[in-house]
Amino acid sequence: MTAPRTLYDKIWDDHVVHQAEDGTCLLYIDRHLVHEVTSPQAFEGLRMSGRKVRAPEKTIAVPDHNVPTTLDRANAATMTEDSRIQVAALDENARDFGIHYYPVSDVRQGIVHIVGPEQGWTLPGMTVVCGDSHTATHGAFGSLAHGIGTSEVEHVLATQTLIQRKAKNMKVEITGSLRAGVTAKDITLSVIGATGTAGGTGYVIEYCGQAIRELSMEGRMTVCNMAIEGGARAGLIAPDEKTFAYCMGRPHAPKGAKWEAAVAYWKTLFSDEGAHWDKVVTLRGEDIAPVVTWGTSPEDVLPITGTVPSPDSFTGGKVEAAQRSLDYMGLTPGQKLTDIAIDTVFIGSCTNGRIEDLRAAAAILKGKKIKVKRAMVVPGSGLVRAQAEEEGLAQIFIDAGFEWRLAGCSMCLAMNPDQLAPGERCAATSNRNFEGRQGRGGRTHLMSPAMAAAAALTGHLTDVREVMGETV
Amino acid sequence: MQKFTTLTGIAAPMPLVNIDTDMIIPKQFLKTIQRSGLGKNLFDEMRYTQDGQEIPEFVLNQPAYRNAEILIAGDNFGCGSSREHAPWALLDFGIRCVISTSFADIFYNNCFKNGILPIVMPQDVVDVLMADAKRGANARMTVDLVAQTVTTSDGQSFGFDVDSHRKHCLLNGLDDIGLTLEKASAIDRFESQAASLRPWA
Repeated sequence: MTAPRTLYDKIWDDHVVHQAEDGTCLLYIDRHLVHEVTSPQAFEGLRMSGRKVRAPEKTIAVPDHNVPTTLDRANAATMTEDSRIQVAALDENARDFGIHYYPVSDVRQGIVHIVGPEQGWTLPGMTVVCGDSHTATHGAFGSLAHGIGTSEVEHVLATQTLIQRKAKNMKVEITGSLRAGVTAKDITLSVIGATGTAGGTGYVIEYCGQAIRELSMEGRMTVCNMAIEGGARAGLIAPDEKTFAYCMGRPHAPKGAKWEAAVAYWKTLFSDEGAHWDKVVTLRGEDIAPVVTWGTSPEDVLPITGTVPSPDSFTGGKVEAAQRSLDYMGLTPGQKLTDIAIDTVFIGSCTNGRIEDLRAAAAILKGKKIKVKRAMVVPGSGLVRAQAEEEGLAQIFIDAGFEWRLAGCSMCLAMNPDQLAPGERCAATSNRNFEGRQGRGGRTHLMSPAMAAAAALTGHLTDVREVMGETV
Repeated sequence: MQKFTTLTGIAAPMPLVNIDTDMIIPKQFLKTIQRSGLGKNLFDEMRYTQDGQEIPEFVLNQPAYRNAEILIAGDNFGCGSSREHAPWALLDFGIRCVISTSFADIFYNNCFKNGILPIVMPQDVVDVLMADAKRGANARMTVDLVAQTVTTSDGQSFGFDVDSHRKHCLLNGLDDIGLTLEKASAIDRFESQAASLRPWA
């Protein structure tokens, strides 16, 4: 009988091609997702060395970071010259190397981490990589998924493998149920608040517990998406009936006998009783409040009922970092978070750009008007956008005063024209509040879609439970 | 890839914690389709004003550190995105070694692919190295990958750990892809076994 193993151990063991004496492994990669920003130098490397893509049928590309999200984007003039060149390079590389491709003109185009699951490319038990740190998203399916650099993109293109050393196992358990107004985003931010942005360094996290089980697949993707913000190589959630139901019938999911065989295998993908954990973190679901970030690191998380902290309340290098954050964010210690005025609201990104996110925001906004200078919704894919239009969500956003955009990464990282001006303060559903992330001098507060919608209605950071009429 | 054996050079102190990849190379510079030329935009928003003037207080703008080859940095250096543009920018500027108490996983990995040596040291050692780096251009440190030591300008020497495979590749400037392709038959075997065990994948 084999020793009890974690979910990570099991997926790892099933993908080791070769193990060297020093423990360095060659790991097989089942799915390689590609976008325009981190791939051009990798394809160029292949060309220079006369190499091919080893498994084009397992390689899926979509442009997302640079593409404009305005309705006139078919007009090339909406893109800067360098962005246009980068997207054109992906068009050409996809064609030349024969990989799957969803061009900008395809309704299935969107953020790579939304397109992968939506099209059924991401399945339980797989290894999934992409030259993007938010590849962690796919861990929601119980697939080992993480970001890689461009040299590794080239390595995977050429060999369909990755040189890896095994990470340690970390369990993050969320017990009990979430309270009303609290979402997957609040879970993932609260975990980072508790562990810090380096708390997961060297680990693969498995999220478990009742509150995780009770999340939908989309909520689970939100949780795993930000595992990287906690420093972890990947985040995982064991697949269950919700996972199988989500995957069934997707264009690239198995069918018939293959489906039956796949589900039988997927049901073996859980951490065994007695498996070894190198680190365990437990949070009570009932204790998690709607949260926002106040600083310039995703670990700068507080319940919306809190106040801006004083740098003196920290220790070590964090004292200087907190002071720098407050200066950058234009905040004063002791200020109530709900007194912070907001200029702009951004709903979208690979963290919160799926249909349930749009439903949650629309439920808050329905029949009301925004009080911020500008607000935009950027659906995570063309298909999410189409569904939102069919459900009447788009009209709710438009009536409230939001811009209703086309799919892309947009203002999450501001590589396209969607950017904050210096000093502009944004309630964002994205994943990073780093200095300059959404535009030089721009100030980002991270939160859930419902919280961002609430801020849009009042013009300041707001406890969504008050808008919902819930007792805090 | 450029080999890394030993390096004696100026070390620049950057004690700030959580220096992220957006600070190292902001997104507007990720639109290049080349690896080179990013050094002038390394730490762009900390280094230049909005209209492109140098900010004199920033460490790499100070005369003593303009030719730095080593960075001594605060905890969790390189957190954030997977952009390899971050090590490309460091390398293009001339930085070949970064020393901190911890690094983000993907950034750490990316360094080794580009001939940059990231070294993890305990806090008390980083404190000594930071103090040495703050002495300016006359304080030249030596990083010896063969012996796995860092030696300060006044001769204090500290050992460090490095993965043996990565050390081998850095010392010899080896390309990972070439090494992996030597195992092509093992990959073929794995693929045919996986095709029967997990045909849906």
